[in-house]
Amino acid sequence: MALLSKKDANLIIDPLADNNPITIQVLGICSALAITAELKASVVMAISVLFVLGIGNVVISLMRNIIPSKIRIIVQLIVVATLVIIVDQILKAFAYELSKTLSVFVGLIITNCIIMGRFEAFALGNGPWKSFLDGIGNSLGYGVILIIVGFFRELLGSGTLFGFPVLGNPIAKTGLYATGYENNGFMIIPPAALIVVGIIIWVQRSRNKALIEDN
Amino acid sequence: MSNRRLTFKKRLHILKHHFRDKKMAPAFAAFHTFLFTPDETTHSGAHVRGADDLKRTMNMVILALVPVLLFSMFNAGYQHYAAIDVANNVSRELSLWENFLTWDNFWIGIIKVLPLVVVSYGVGLGVEFIFAIIKGHEVEEGYLVTGMLVPLIVPIDTPLWMLAISVIFGVVIGKEVFGGTGMNILNPALTIRAFLFFAYPTWMSGDKVWVYEAVERTGTADAISGETVLGALAQNNLAELNYSVSDMFFGFIPGSVGETSTFLILLGGLFLVFSKIASWRIMLSAVIGSLVMGYIFNVIVDMGIITEYSNFYGLMSFEYWQHLLVGGLAFGIVYMATDPVTGSQTNRGKWIYGFLIGFLSVMIRVFNPAYPEGVFLAILLMNVFAPTIDHYVVKSNIKKRLKRLKNATILPKDSDSKAEELKAETV
Repeated sequence: MALLSKKDANLIIDPLADNNPITIQVLGICSALAITAELKASVVMAISVLFVLGIGNVVISLMRNIIPSKIRIIVQLIVVATLVIIVDQILKAFAYELSKTLSVFVGLIITNCIIMGRFEAFALGNGPWKSFLDGIGNSLGYGVILIIVGFFRELLGSGTLFGFPVLGNPIAKTGLYATGYENNGFMIIPPAALIVVGIIIWVQRSRNKALIEDN
Repeated sequence: MSNRRLTFKKRLHILKHHFRDKKMAPAFAAFHTFLFTPDETTHSGAHVRGADDLKRTMNMVILALVPVLLFSMFNAGYQHYAAIDVANNVSRELSLWENFLTWDNFWIGIIKVLPLVVVSYGVGLGVEFIFAIIKGHEVEEGYLVTGMLVPLIVPIDTPLWMLAISVIFGVVIGKEVFGGTGMNILNPALTIRAFLFFAYPTWMSGDKVWVYEAVERTGTADAISGETVLGALAQNNLAELNYSVSDMFFGFIPGSVGETSTFLILLGGLFLVFSKIASWRIMLSAVIGSLVMGYIFNVIVDMGIITEYSNFYGLMSFEYWQHLLVGGLAFGIVYMATDPVTGSQTNRGKWIYGFLIGFLSVMIRVFNPAYPEGVFLAILLMNVFAPTIDHYVVKSNIKKRLKRLKNATILPKDSDSKAEELKAETV
């Protein structure tokens, strides 16, 4: 990889698998449970967090030497809030229906533990380029899980993907529904996301035994 | 020694030793212990062996369930023909020998209830075998009772593939992820039912699924209804309710496959209590709990706070003791709440646990707008709280004993230091 040194590349690759913010650090669970009933919402949420965390990490990293440590949380909040409002307004302007589906959860990106966590743990101690890569990596790691969960929940719960009926029409009983198949209502409700995330954690840890904590 | 003279048992022993270190060993061992007592003995020390091992316990529960299962097979047919008679305005008198214990009724039981049993056992044991092989441990008997309970607590028209998916979910998520038999927090049979209920609500509620063929006949000329007692009450259809108290007690009413006959469940419960398998404390306190809640609702209605126009009037005005006769309350109390793994372990904890199950069951039954039954939700909820209840019971017991010790006068005999020693030991 010529573009990135190995150390820099790890900043992006690590959060995707072995240091995933959702499955390993168990951060940002609330939004993962709330908005993953549809794949489209998952993707938009992932992009929004990518935008906020990518830019936010750079901004905080640039300011890291002039922020007084006593008020750093407030400064971080202001940066996130500004970015989140930009995202929220863009969504309202160009994708109004979707912003209604996501409702408060776009606003709640402000309190997403992953964002504050990366500001505190990484951006305050590293340069802008590394912080940018770290922000991209972590939000991709978050987005990957969101999209996997959203994929299974929408496919099994509604029989659609991105709103397109892929399994047939449940009312006219075409496609798979002709055989008596029915949508699984359990996948629509938020507890199902918890179980899907749990299964992903299970699969990940049984593939990589090093992740299992001993107690 | 020629192979021909060997008994089947001996051959299995040899087969088991042959496969000892292979991957399939747990599967062979399981099949073997399922049929015979194992030939292995302990190698050192003296051991006392109780007669009531896990397998014996499980078999006793299954024995207590057999009458319920047989009754449900006859009832499946009886409710089907009774519903047809109602639809055709033919009056019908219940007669045990003439129109209940008949081959026609039993045949419907065979074609509808037996497949549920087979799918439940086949899929559940399959999952257990797979997990035993992956983990390399013995197959445990844990699914024997669950597999029998599951077909008894679902509606008769449940599609088999839905049951299969629910069983896979219930056994994997409800039991295996916690470490298998004896480690589960939630009752696996109820986890399976809860999954069915939330995943396919149209197949778990309403007035069609409880009677054979009612779903298929919807919209046709010979449509039949399968409204349960609770369903009618929840919609304030008090006039439609033409079941007598004895019908409800003996179980000639529509409902989930095995939950209808309170009489047989009572017999099974007595059997479990006298064979010391199930806890009488949980059963008794759960009955008391449901009576108390039902009575409170009756009083509220008598005081005129809830009138006939309220949505809750039907269920709230239902005689408090009759709550025990309809729906799954009796079945849940006797066979589910008493599960020794997921229930409370301490004696005082069992009273609290049981009481709250009964109390919450009736409360959920009345206030749940979508579905007039609550016993499975109440038991699952209390399963989660059982360890907490035990924790506080044990803690309060320790506190009480410490207090007693503090007040006790310890007579110093040799010296004061001896008394201190004694005190330290007792604590």
